[in-house]
Amino acid sequence: MTEPSASPRPIRVSVNGVDHERTVEPRLLLSDFLRHDLGLTGTHVGCEHGVCGACTVAFDDQPVRSCLMFAVQADGHRIGTIEGMADGETLHPLQMAFWELSGLQCGFCTPGFLITARDFLARNPDPSEQEVREALSGNLCRCTGYQSIVAAVLEAARRLRQAPLAGLGKS
Amino acid sequence: MSEIVLSATPAHLRHGSNIGQPLTRRDGILKVTGGARFAADNHPPGMLYAVLAVSSVARGRVAALDVAAAKAHPGIVEIMTSANKPPLALDPDAKTNPFMRRLELLQNDRVRYANQPIAVVIAETLEAATEGAALLSPRYEEEAPRVRLDAAESFVPPAVGVGHPSEAEIGDVETGLAGSLRRIEATYETPTQFHNPMEPHAIVAAWDGDALTVDTPSQGLAMAQARIAELFGIPAENVLVRSPFLGGGFGCKGLFTGPQVLGIMAARLVGRPVKLVLRREQMFGPVGHRAPTQQTLRLGTDADGALLGLSHHTRTASSTFDDFFEPASDVSHTLYASPAIRTSYEAVRLDTGTPTFMRAPGEASGSIALESAIDEMAEACGMDPLAFRLRNYAELEPISGKPFSSKALRACYAEGAERFGWKARPLRPREMRDASGLLVGWGVGTATFPALMFQGQARAVIRKDGTGIVETGAQDMGQGAWTALAQIAADGLGLSMEQMEFRSGASNLPDAGIAGGSAHTATAGMAVAGAGADAIAKLAALATGDERSALFGAGNAGVIARDGRLFRRDDESRSESYADILNRAALAEIEGRGSSAADPIAQANYAMHAHGAVFAEVKVDPELGQIRVTRLVGAFAAGRIINPRLVRSQYYGGMIWGVSFALHEHGEIDPRSGRPMNPNLGEYHVPVNADIPSIEAILVAEEDRHVNALGIKGVGEIAITGTAGAVANAVWHATGRRIRRFPITLERLTEPAPR
Amino acid sequence: MNRFDYVRPATFAEAIAAASEPGAAYLAGGTNLLDLMKGGIVRPGRLVDVSRLPGLGAIEWLADGGVRIGALVRNSDLAHDSEFARRFPAVAEALLSGASAQLRNMATVGGNLLQRTRCAHFYDVAGACNKRAPGAGCEARGGEARNAAVLGWSEHCIATHPSDFCVALVALDAVVEIAGQGGEYQVPLEDFHRLPGETPGQESVLEPGELIIAVRLPAQAASFSRHARYLKIRDRTSFAFAVASAAAALRIEQGAIAAARIALGGVAPKPWRARLAERALIGVGPDRTHFDRAAEAALADARPSGDNAFKIELARRIVARALALAAAGTPARLPALPGSPFSPVAGVLHV
Repeated sequence: MTEPSASPRPIRVSVNGVDHERTVEPRLLLSDFLRHDLGLTGTHVGCEHGVCGACTVAFDDQPVRSCLMFAVQADGHRIGTIEGMADGETLHPLQMAFWELSGLQCGFCTPGFLITARDFLARNPDPSEQEVREALSGNLCRCTGYQSIVAAVLEAARRLRQAPLAGLGKS
Repeated sequence: MSEIVLSATPAHLRHGSNIGQPLTRRDGILKVTGGARFAADNHPPGMLYAVLAVSSVARGRVAALDVAAAKAHPGIVEIMTSANKPPLALDPDAKTNPFMRRLELLQNDRVRYANQPIAVVIAETLEAATEGAALLSPRYEEEAPRVRLDAAESFVPPAVGVGHPSEAEIGDVETGLAGSLRRIEATYETPTQFHNPMEPHAIVAAWDGDALTVDTPSQGLAMAQARIAELFGIPAENVLVRSPFLGGGFGCKGLFTGPQVLGIMAARLVGRPVKLVLRREQMFGPVGHRAPTQQTLRLGTDADGALLGLSHHTRTASSTFDDFFEPASDVSHTLYASPAIRTSYEAVRLDTGTPTFMRAPGEASGSIALESAIDEMAEACGMDPLAFRLRNYAELEPISGKPFSSKALRACYAEGAERFGWKARPLRPREMRDASGLLVGWGVGTATFPALMFQGQARAVIRKDGTGIVETGAQDMGQGAWTALAQIAADGLGLSMEQMEFRSGASNLPDAGIAGGSAHTATAGMAVAGAGADAIAKLAALATGDERSALFGAGNAGVIARDGRLFRRDDESRSESYADILNRAALAEIEGRGSSAADPIAQANYAMHAHGAVFAEVKVDPELGQIRVTRLVGAFAAGRIINPRLVRSQYYGGMIWGVSFALHEHGEIDPRSGRPMNPNLGEYHVPVNADIPSIEAILVAEEDRHVNALGIKGVGEIAITGTAGAVANAVWHATGRRIRRFPITLERLTEPAPR
Repeated sequence: MNRFDYVRPATFAEAIAAASEPGAAYLAGGTNLLDLMKGGIVRPGRLVDVSRLPGLGAIEWLADGGVRIGALVRNSDLAHDSEFARRFPAVAEALLSGASAQLRNMATVGGNLLQRTRCAHFYDVAGACNKRAPGAGCEARGGEARNAAVLGWSEHCIATHPSDFCVALVALDAVVEIAGQGGEYQVPLEDFHRLPGETPGQESVLEPGELIIAVRLPAQAASFSRHARYLKIRDRTSFAFAVASAAAALRIEQGAIAAARIALGGVAPKPWRARLAERALIGVGPDRTHFDRAAEAALADARPSGDNAFKIELARRIVARALALAAAGTPARLPALPGSPFSPVAGVLHV
């Protein structure tokens, strides 16, 4: 029988390609682990119940809600956050397109949109507008910049098709 | 008015060329890389986490809190209750000006609405604080709550909105209606709505003796600073409020809220910095909402469809302890010509938090009712809804008889209708279907929003290296103040954007007024333009009075500032760089100050509003009732456009809010408990991407010589108005069903028609 | 959130032992459980993280043509498995109509079966709910009943089961494989969820410690692949729970319906199989008259649990429409808006 362990537990998580070892309470959320323990505050917490999408991170390359996961669940896994999306000084084509085409306003939802869109374009490099809208429906933008966000994703898709290696960030 | 009025030539012509350019956001890179620091991203050394415990009853008193149980939880540092809260210098229920709210700061055990803060738990970790709040297990003495518009006796509020009269009339409406050939009367209901910016209210408060630094989203830095200073009895200059980025505001971050003050009190209590972030469900109560309304409209026309009478009566609600009355009827003051117009209000007091400004307060809720009623009237007249609106086009502001400072609404109608293809619209409803059999409907709505200005100040500096600094404590809640105001500032100084540093977003900068009322670009923009002009004027005085300068003696002819140089207006071959002027004068820098305010004379003489026309197409499944907006075209005229890219974003956003108003948003409050039953983003619906079609926003040219010297009206709120009504009207046109209770939901389209 | 023991068992036996004690709960994807814990709706003293247990993450094709889906297979992996989507298109469509991409990437097959109701009163911990606290009362009665049940409810509970996935599964005779202290057994999904009766807190047949290990679809379920759809009516075009939904699958032979499968979602405390309606379709032509008749049969026992009578008629229309869509043929490619009436199907249909 495994010992009960409400006490803190060691975990090891690779975040943006860097291994982090920490000892955490089991109830610590992954979002709060990233924000409070690692200082990666680009992952935002908007609703705390998995709806708004602002806390979206890549979990083994798949976008998930970091507010609906415990940090202990990420033990041994790879996490990608917005801070790791650019390749050094070079913005990911999605970041570039969101910036250039005004796919952002207040910017609070932006990291979640970007992480979601990156995975979506990896699976569907030449999407229709309708497919983009459906794929991004798990991210809320209250400002609300859907029009320009969709335009930015379609433009990034176009650029990525022309230069597919530009999208290789680290995560 | 500020100095800039001294020249008849608008600043952008005099100076540079940044205004009007579709620049991308200067803060964009920070926002796409996670580098933009929102309030809750701050983490000063030694910081503790605070979590609110909130009331689960709407009316009564807190009889007991299990402070011991909460304190026993590991990591809990302190529980702040009414028993141990730090003293305040001002009664939280005192109201020293209309721009403040009575707050719940643990002053007693009274509960006046659900989700009211009743304690603050402070702990080493967020997890412990959150659990500590749960362990308080409050007990209440509960009284029956009143939360519906029919739950209390109504009264006539003394004023609505911000000091607007609660009754207004021109002509005699009853006579006008009695003499009308055709009349309609209809009552429309709009629900409670919650702002729900993506970023919940958050505050990080750090005291240093009697000095305080707070990071918190604020749409009004100077007001926040003053409110804090007053509450804590410290000089305003001891309070630094930093708010470089807001994760949306929409009005709920305008007036400083109770939870923000509680964060500061918690920090004072424990003597360490404290972070307090509202949980999403706590955004449904203590930080304001849009009050529900019941609006009764009575309209009558002559045989030609000309309005003879328009009566708009609103029943709405405020809290039991403070006043904010959604000014929904006021939209009828300005839009449609009628010899007789009457607007009136009644209100009830409910056991809810105090309502507040929410994006287009009054205009949004009033517009969906008025635009629906106008459509019903057009139908009664057998007229095309756009033709009916044009038939009743107001050449003068109906309620005041004043001319409009500018009004390109006809062009908005024309350009929007053309783009949308409105003329193909069948007059009768339920006559269009798409290839898969879905009902198709087209609707139009008129958009309007007043062109307001508040008071603002700015400071501009030109340094001896020829670069500049412009400072104003503006707030960027997503609308793009960092960019648009910098464009104005750069032009004011005759510098490129790169040559100028724009500082904003903190209360130790000159007061830029509030980011609200769609007035921020005009207010802060006029101040920064004025500051630039002042600095340039001083620089010009230095040059033109110095015989060593190429500009010597140009005083009467004047100079033009451009590209970091002053040019003689009548001879541009004679110029001198800012650096040369300052270096010769042995000055490190030269400073200019600017301030702005509405021009009372212009206001007395003109009615000032932005206008627009929105055209919507919806599709409705005829059997299942599910609705989808499939096209939206808006055409808006709002004076000078500083940055069309940013403005378009504001229009898109507003139009989507209009869709949301018509079809989605609805705060569900259980009348038995008074609790919001959908206090989360899963059930409080706002549109998702798949709900929104490709949108077009047309920027209709409009020059306004009266609103302010820059000719700026506001763009942040107008697009909700018009759009909500256009969508509702399109639903009617698709289905033949006139739904008067918003949001329009599918069962209202599938249930049998009332006979 | 309360503190809890977190255990990460290495074997089924360890898991079952750890979860058999009072106050223990299994943690897999956690998408529903964490939400409930944050709201204080559940406060487990121990979480047994089964997400790393071996052998539960595979989609296995059985020799007879059926499929066995490990309980830890994520919703997204299942929906995007092209072979699975080809054979069981209505299930894939139902999966993709639910939640959001990010949630589907975490949520597991087993967890989907065990997700709790979205009844607002279940979440309103200050109010009474017989599901949360047996005998406390049901505040949903007399409250806003828009999301409440019209079939299978009791005076003690009118909450609905929110799953889309389960609706398609139950239509296609899915079977749930369960491991417990007494060994392994299986239950048809139709019998897996309980009706509330007087004990609405007991939502499934699972005993303490029992663990879903797989869901099986029989080979026969794939015989409907050419005529299988899921239709979901909701207040948003995407990312909303169903107001009401239906899965419909037909086997059409020589112009007549040889077999029909119908289930409803959003209208009952469990994914609701409509067997009477299915029988009404055997041997008749796939036309609107018969679909309407089947829809009548599907809702024959329905009664409002509050101000929600509209759902009965709406559900009838959804059943009839879902049948019509199924009869028209499964689209070769899943529509961009899965389950939506706003997804006009372009391209090839399997007719």
